[in-house]
Amino acid sequence: MDTSVIGLTSYLTLGAILFAISIAGIFLNRKNVVVLLMCIELMLLAANINFIAFSHYLNDLAGQVFVFFILTVAAAEAAIGLAILVVLFRNRRTIDVDDLDELKG
Amino acid sequence: MMMTITDFLFFAFAGVTVAAALGVVTSKNPVHSALFLVLTFFSCSAIWLMLEAEFLAITLVLVYVGAVMVLFLFVVMMLDINVAKMREGFVSYLPIGGLFAFLMLAIMVYVVGPVGPDVMGTAALDNAVVHGPDYSNTEELGEILYTDYVLAFEIAAFILLVAIIAAISLTLRRRPKTKYQTPGNQIKVKRDDRLKIIDSDAEVLK
Repeated sequence: MDTSVIGLTSYLTLGAILFAISIAGIFLNRKNVVVLLMCIELMLLAANINFIAFSHYLNDLAGQVFVFFILTVAAAEAAIGLAILVVLFRNRRTIDVDDLDELKG
Repeated sequence: MMMTITDFLFFAFAGVTVAAALGVVTSKNPVHSALFLVLTFFSCSAIWLMLEAEFLAITLVLVYVGAVMVLFLFVVMMLDINVAKMREGFVSYLPIGGLFAFLMLAIMVYVVGPVGPDVMGTAALDNAVVHGPDYSNTEELGEILYTDYVLAFEIAAFILLVAIIAAISLTLRRRPKTKYQTPGNQIKVKRDDRLKIIDSDAEVLK
């Protein structure tokens, strides 16, 4: 059998690339709250890849349990975030971050 | 160095994941972003399958693609977003965003990646056990989830309950002009509320 070229570092690099892309996305789409939320989901996914890769290569299921809880919290965060977004749009008719400056006074 | 079929699959799915993630952050239309995010989750769940996390891979597809992304699509389509205005400043933020992303990527790859001095010693770390076909990831996960992590599990359930209540109470509204029925009042109604008997003299028609 051929030796595999992929290892733990390959998965960690994939997670790092996803994380970097989502950071760039937060900078680029800083006006659109919906896409900002999507970038946060992408970041959580990158973290989850790392957890699962370590769980596999350390042969320890605790990492997968942690991913389970991250998925729970991420689902709750998405639901509440989108609900806030809907209320925001009803009241202001916009979701542009620059227009949301009422607290500035 | 020969690539095994597993390596080929990893690079294929990793390529799709990265390309779709780039699509999420660069596409003009938020609907396209959401659909690209669905593709990212799908290919990522394939990668999790390769890491023998079968239960979580299926959960990712069911919970994320089935529920969260549908919610995203609903909200994106419900809101009337001015896409052109939202794209203002995209190009001007490209250099600084790209710089930050590249710096973070360089640092992370330097620490854990295949190139660089391998500070963390991750390259040598390989305690992976290849399980046989009779191994059930779901069973193993359930066994520790309901014993060692049962408190965390209950708290997770409570967090979901809080999220349900918060989402409903945030978005629930009663429009002032809407007409609606009150079944209690409808049932409680008496004959006298509806019917009035008038005394009147009889008239004789000729």
